[in-house]
Amino acid sequence: MAQHHLQTPFSEELIRTLKVGDIVYFDGTLFGIRDLTQIYMFDQHHEPPVSLKGMPCIHTAPSLKKTGDKWAPICVGTTTSGRMDRFTPALIETYGVRAVIGKGGLYEGSLQAMKKCGAVYLAIVGGAASLETQQIEEVEAVYWEHLHPEALYQFRVKDFGPLTVAMDSHGGHLYQGVKAEANRRLPEIYKRLGVE
Amino acid sequence: MSKVDYGIIEETAKELYIRALCDLPPDVRRALKNAYARETKPNAKEVFKAMLKAVDIADQKKTLVCQDTGLPIYMVKLGSLFHWDGAEIKDRLSVGARRATQEFPFRGSSTHPVTRVNPQTSVGKNLPVVYIDFIKNVEYMEILMIPKGSGSENMSTMKMFIPADGVKAVKKFILDTFIASGANPCPPGIIGVGLGGTADLVMRLAKEAIARPLGQRNEDPEIAKMEEELEEAINATGIGPMGLGGDVSTLGVHIEMAYTHITQNPVAVNTQCWPARRARARIYPDGRIEYGY
Repeated sequence: MAQHHLQTPFSEELIRTLKVGDIVYFDGTLFGIRDLTQIYMFDQHHEPPVSLKGMPCIHTAPSLKKTGDKWAPICVGTTTSGRMDRFTPALIETYGVRAVIGKGGLYEGSLQAMKKCGAVYLAIVGGAASLETQQIEEVEAVYWEHLHPEALYQFRVKDFGPLTVAMDSHGGHLYQGVKAEANRRLPEIYKRLGVE
Repeated sequence: MSKVDYGIIEETAKELYIRALCDLPPDVRRALKNAYARETKPNAKEVFKAMLKAVDIADQKKTLVCQDTGLPIYMVKLGSLFHWDGAEIKDRLSVGARRATQEFPFRGSSTHPVTRVNPQTSVGKNLPVVYIDFIKNVEYMEILMIPKGSGSENMSTMKMFIPADGVKAVKKFILDTFIASGANPCPPGIIGVGLGGTADLVMRLAKEAIARPLGQRNEDPEIAKMEEELEEAINATGIGPMGLGGDVSTLGVHIEMAYTHITQNPVAVNTQCWPARRARARIYPDGRIEYGY
């Protein structure tokens, strides 16, 4: 298990060194996106007002507090990624996103885009929002504010992780691997349970 | 018979929702620590370390462990030696849940199923979920509060088996539900199983199963044995914490049962995620409140 401490933005070369099972922490910029953010971007054709090139995007609907013009995090956690699978190839191919962060993983189309362009899926520890919130130093900007809590968020993070590389740019897919291994063990488990 | 101030029930309902979200029960903490100690895969150990850290940070900062504040469930037991006003209690639980959401404040997740409008109150028509039961020979009432997140709730399954399918089909169904759920319910959680009863009762039993503290077995030795077998089987899959692979895939399998019809054998699975949140209070007619888990 290799452990990496990275800094955003990520280059293609760097991302291609990451392998399924590696642990990643990073510092720098993190964009927050969710279902509605991407419906607005891709189905309703709105160009993001900020460049996402080389950046990581996390699947979140944060609780934030606004005082004057300044936003502060109350609780930022991560949601299930599968619902947002159909937007991911375009996010990578059109906008140059290099890492998608979420829980539960994505499917074949996203994996192909990661392979083609050099991007990864990083699995966060779901349910650990208190830890995640503590790693956010600042909410630097909220774009498309009318979509809040599913707007486009720009966070500055420090030691953000641990993140497990669950899909890499070489076609590796950790969730599929784990499931395949479970299925391989299944006949023996059924037998011990007396249910074959 | 003295008159109860039902305002304390509203306050307690609010307090329980917040306590459940911020302060994980000691049995769940113990189970997570044991899982960390028992886990041999380095990656999975990292995941457990992050989970334990999240629990500590929530303690220090008095904040939510998980951002999904879920749908509120209140399991109420009324003591038989006092005349409790059940209708008033039900109203007060709803107001308490709304006040927790707006006064803490945290994200409300309750939504109209057709218009999808979210009032940001965590409540609405027929919500919170309220179960009423009774305890003999005591005066107090007890409230157990469970905030139920969607990652795990969305993985719920129910099936009406027939006697010819036997107990084998039931065990296989539980294991297959676990594998199909994969990473979605934030494993390793509590696998709650309802067995027997009717279609509605079986799911309620599964919910009561996730509410049982870890480390306790069903009092029926046959059922307790099934819990142990299924725990072993689920851990043997290697699905691991967050579905990323590892030795520990569940913190416990809990089964609750009811007698069923001679022609049927219903089974339901309701999973609780690793931050298995719950908070309990005992309220006495004189206004004393004791909090627990």
